[in-house]
Amino acid sequence: MDVRYVAHLARLSLTDEEAGLFQGQLQHVLDYVQELSPLNVADVEPTAHALPLQNVFRADEAAPGLPHEQVMANAPQARNGLFMVPRILE
Amino acid sequence: MNAPVTYKVSIGLETHVQLRTRSKIWCTCPNRFGRPPNTDVCPVCLGYPGTMPVLNAAAVKQTVCAGLLLGCTINYRSKFDRKSYFYPDMPKNYQISQYDQPLCTGGAVTIEVDDQPRTIRIQRIHLEEDVAKNVHFADVSGVDFNRAGTPLMEIVSEPDIESADEAFAYLQALKQMLVYGGITDGNLEEGNIRCDINCSVRPVGQQELGTKTEIKNMNTFKGVHRSLTYEIQRQIDVLQAGGRITQETRRWDDERGVTSAMRSKEYAHDYRYFPEPDLVPVVLEESPLETWRAALPEMPAQRRARFVADLGLPPYDAEVLVADKAVADFFEAALAAGAAPKPASNWVMTELLRALGEKEWTLAEARITPENLARLLQLLEEGQINTPAAKTIFSACFEQGGDPVAIMQAKGLSQVSDEGALTAWVDAAIAAHPKSVADYQGGKPAALQFLMGQVMRASRGKANPPKVLAALKAKLDA
Amino acid sequence: MAARFPSTIAAWRQALEAKPRHNLPSLLANLASAIDRCNPGLNCYIDWDGGEVQKALGGIDPEPRPGAGPLEGVPIGIKDVLNVKDQPCHCASRILEGYISPYDATVVARLRRAGAIPLGRLNMDEFAMGSTNENSAYGPVRNPWNKDHVAGGSSGGAAAAVAAGVAVAALGTDTGGSIRQPAAFCGCVGLKPSYGRVSRYGLTAFASSLDQVGPVTRTVADAATLLQCIAGRDPLDTTSLDVPVPDYTAALGSELGGLKLGLPAEYFADGVDPEVTRAVRAAIDECRRLGAEIIEVQLPHTRYAVATYYIIATAEASANLARFDGVRYGARVAGQDPLDSYQRTRATYFGPEVKRRIILGTYVLSSGYHDAYYLRAQKVRTLIRQDFERVFDQCDALLTPVAPTTAYRLGERIDDPLQMYLGDIFTVTANLAGICGLSVPCGFSTTGLPIGLQILGPALREATILQIGHAYEQATNWSAQHPPHGREAIQS
Repeated sequence: MDVRYVAHLARLSLTDEEAGLFQGQLQHVLDYVQELSPLNVADVEPTAHALPLQNVFRADEAAPGLPHEQVMANAPQARNGLFMVPRILE
Repeated sequence: MNAPVTYKVSIGLETHVQLRTRSKIWCTCPNRFGRPPNTDVCPVCLGYPGTMPVLNAAAVKQTVCAGLLLGCTINYRSKFDRKSYFYPDMPKNYQISQYDQPLCTGGAVTIEVDDQPRTIRIQRIHLEEDVAKNVHFADVSGVDFNRAGTPLMEIVSEPDIESADEAFAYLQALKQMLVYGGITDGNLEEGNIRCDINCSVRPVGQQELGTKTEIKNMNTFKGVHRSLTYEIQRQIDVLQAGGRITQETRRWDDERGVTSAMRSKEYAHDYRYFPEPDLVPVVLEESPLETWRAALPEMPAQRRARFVADLGLPPYDAEVLVADKAVADFFEAALAAGAAPKPASNWVMTELLRALGEKEWTLAEARITPENLARLLQLLEEGQINTPAAKTIFSACFEQGGDPVAIMQAKGLSQVSDEGALTAWVDAAIAAHPKSVADYQGGKPAALQFLMGQVMRASRGKANPPKVLAALKAKLDA
Repeated sequence: MAARFPSTIAAWRQALEAKPRHNLPSLLANLASAIDRCNPGLNCYIDWDGGEVQKALGGIDPEPRPGAGPLEGVPIGIKDVLNVKDQPCHCASRILEGYISPYDATVVARLRRAGAIPLGRLNMDEFAMGSTNENSAYGPVRNPWNKDHVAGGSSGGAAAAVAAGVAVAALGTDTGGSIRQPAAFCGCVGLKPSYGRVSRYGLTAFASSLDQVGPVTRTVADAATLLQCIAGRDPLDTTSLDVPVPDYTAALGSELGGLKLGLPAEYFADGVDPEVTRAVRAAIDECRRLGAEIIEVQLPHTRYAVATYYIIATAEASANLARFDGVRYGARVAGQDPLDSYQRTRATYFGPEVKRRIILGTYVLSSGYHDAYYLRAQKVRTLIRQDFERVFDQCDALLTPVAPTTAYRLGERIDDPLQMYLGDIFTVTANLAGICGLSVPCGFSTTGLPIGLQILGPALREATILQIGHAYEQATNWSAQHPPHGREAIQS
C-alpha cells in the first residue's frame, strides 16, 4: 500500500512520521486480512445490507428548510449568504 | 500525391436533466430555482452529521417514464451507490448515484438532419443528486447549496453522433420529448439541462474510435454546437499536422470561442463506488410500470401525425405547431374553444409566433388565451370584423389581454355590412373614378381592385370586403 | 449494601413520586453534584459544567405529572455521537469544534416524547472508532472499578457513567461491539438492537450498514424500558424496519424453561482469558439451573469476522467521514485552494486512529483493490450471516463471552491497532449479521474487574435476550455491586 497516495485520495496530508507509522501498522492489518483469501466465495452473493428491505420511498412533498441564519451560524466562513472557500481553480 | 484524408467524428453526450418534482431527491426542501442563496437547505442536503437520504418516489417515476419514452429497458432491480470525490459543491464529498444497476438501459432517440433520419442509441439512464452551485470572486469562491439535492437524471448516449449539427438535433429532440413528458421544465437558463461531451475523430476506414476529449459543463445547445465545431476541427488539425490527441478534459470558452485543456488534476479520479448503505434497492413490479406506461403523455411525433391525420393540417403546419409543447397546447385549447383547425393554425403560426418573437416572450408571458383566439376567429368568420381589424384586436389581446368583443366595441372596429352605407360609398367611388369604371368595363379586372380600395378607404377599413365587392360588381356588371 | 442514590430508571421514578421528600430539581442537582465529583477522575462526560442541569431544567416542568410518560423526568445520558438540538455534537473529535446541531436525532426526540431529559455529552472514541475510549480528543475515560484500566469503547463514557451511578441510563451506539464491550468492562448492561430496529437518523455515521443505537443501563429491565421508547420505524431512516414493536417488559420473568441456548464452540476457544471463561461457564450453569436447555453449536466462519468487519466498516467510514471538510460546519484550516484546505483541516483535526481507518477504508475501495478486499468481505459477510441463520434454527439464543479479556490497562494496546481489533472478535459478528446482542454482568476477575456475558439472539428477537438476561440478573447480584470510583463510594 502506498500510504501517501491513498491518504491523498482521502484528502489527508500526512507528516513523514505519520506516513511511516501508518505504513507499518496498516501493512500489518492488510497482512492479517489476507486470511480471507483462501475462502472460496465464487458462488456467494455479497451482503451490502443485513436487511430484507426494498422500495422504501418518500412522497414528493415539500416543506421549508432551516432558517438561513441558523444555517450560516455553523459556517466556518461566510459572506453574502454564501459558504466561502478558497478560490476554486478549474 | 495522396488523396486528402477524411475524418469520421464520434460524439457521445452525457446529458444531465433536472427533474420537475416539488421536493428534492432525499429531503423535503423545495425543488425550485431563483431563491436567495442557502435558503432552500436543511441538514440532509447540507450533509450534516447524522442525516440520511430518503428517496423521493416521484424522482424514480419520472426517470422510469423518461426511459419508457426513449424506449429503454426498465431494469427490474436497481440500486444506488456512493461515488466519492472531494469538491466544495458536494455536501457529503460523495455523490449518491447509480453505478452498475441504473434504472434504465438501452433505448434511442431519432433525429433528422438535412432530411436524413438517424438513430442515436441510448446507453443508460440513471438517477442521482445535483450538486451545489459555486460562485467565483476575485480571490475566493462561494457555495450556494439550494441546488444540492435536486433530482438529476443522467442520460448517456452511445458515441453515435457524427457532427455538431447532429448533437444539436439530438439535444433538441431529447428536450422536446422530456418537456412533453412533463419530466423537466427544460429551461436552459435555469440549468435544467446540462451536458458533458465526449468527442473523437478518426480517419475514415479506421475501425476503433480515436482518442477522445471531454468537454464539461455545457449549458446551452448553441454552446454545444459551437464547441463541437471548434473541437472537431482542432482534433483534425492536430492529426493532419502529424500530432496525437491527448485524452483530457477541456473547457469551452464561450467568449473566445475555443476549448482549452483544464488544469489537470494531480491524480486521476478514483471514485471508489460502493452500494449506498442508507438506501435499499428499488424493485419495479410490472403492474405499476404498466400503469405508468399507459399514462404517458403524447410525444411530439405522435402529435404531429395526429394533427395531419385528424385535423387535416399540412405537415409543415403540424411541425411548426408541435415544436414547442406550450404552443401546441395553446392551439389545441383554441380548437376546444371552438376554433377551426386551419384558421387557428394560421393565426398561431403567423401572428402568435411573430408577436412572441418580437417581444422575446414565452407563451406564459403573453396575455392572450386560447379562448380569446377562438372568439377572434369567430368574429372574423361571422364577418363582424375584417382581417386588419382582427390583427389590431389580436395585438391588444396579446399585450394587455381582454375579451375580443369588448376590444372590438371599444375601438369601434366592427365591420359595416349595412346595405345603405355600403351603397353610398360604392356610388361615390364610381362617380369619382370614371376612368377606372371604363377600364374595368373594357376588360381590365385590376381596376375593380382599385375601386374596392377606394370604398375601403372611405369606410376607414370598416366596410365588409366581400359585400363591397358584390355591390361594386352588381353596379358595374349591370 | 442498598444503594443510597437512585441509580436506575425505576428507582429514579420511584424517588420522584415519593414526594414531598424529592422533587425533580433537587434530584437533578444531586446528580449534578455527583457528576461534578466523579467526572474529573473518570472523564465520562465531555464539556461537563454544572450549568447543564440548569439548562436542562429550563424547559421542563419541575413537577412532572406522575405516570405521564415511561421516562417522565428521567435524565438520560447521550453519547457524543448523537445529535441533540442546540447542543454540540463533537463525536469526541476536534473536527466538529464549533458545530451546534440544529436537530434532534430520532432517538432523542423519542426520549423527549417519553418525558426524558437528555443530559450531557458522554465521552467516546473519536467517531466511535476504538475499543478503549483512548481515541477521544477529550481524553480517555477511566474504568470506575480501577482507574488504571480503560472503560472500553467506543461508548466508554456511557458505560462508565452508568456503572459509576452518574448517569441513570444512557444511549450508546454499537458498530462492532461499542455498547456491549464497554458495558462488560464496566459491569453494566448494554443492548445492541437488531439492525433496523432503532432509527439511525441523527447518529453520526461510522459504518452505516453496521451502526445501531441502544441502551446502556444498570439493569436489564431498564434496557427493556429504553428500547421500548426508541424502537420502531422512522420515516427519516430508510433502513428502519416497519415491524411492530413488542412489549419488552412484559416478557421479563424469572424462568428460562422451554428455551434452548447454544454455546458456539468458536467463542470458547484458546485465547480467552481463563477467568472470563470461568465466569461465563458459571453463568451458563445458572441459566441451565433456571430451566434452559444448553446445546453446543458451531459458527465456523467466526475466525473471518474481524478481517471482514474491518474491511467493511472502514470502507463505509471513509465515505461517511468525507463530509468533514470545514466548508459548511466545524473546524477549518485555511489553504491556498480547497484541496489544500481540506488536507490541512483533516490532517489537523482528525486523530490518528480515525486517519488510519480512513486510509484503510479508502484503500480497500480503490481501483484495483475493490474486488480483492471490499467485495470479498461482503461475500464473507454472507457466510457469517448464514452461520447464524443455521444455528438459530437449532436454538433460541447464544451464550458467549463479550470479550476475550477484562478491561485492558490504559495504553496497553494503543500502539498495536491489530491487537486492538482482534479483541472485538466476539462482538463484530452480531453487527455483520444484523442480529441483536445483550451484555450482562456475570462476575469479576480476581483483580476486581467486571466480566460480561453476551446473549445473542436472532434479528428482532430482543424480547428473548432481554428475558434471558433479566432472569439471569435476578438470580445473581452482580448488578447490585457499586464501583470504588462511583457515586455510592464518593458522595456523602
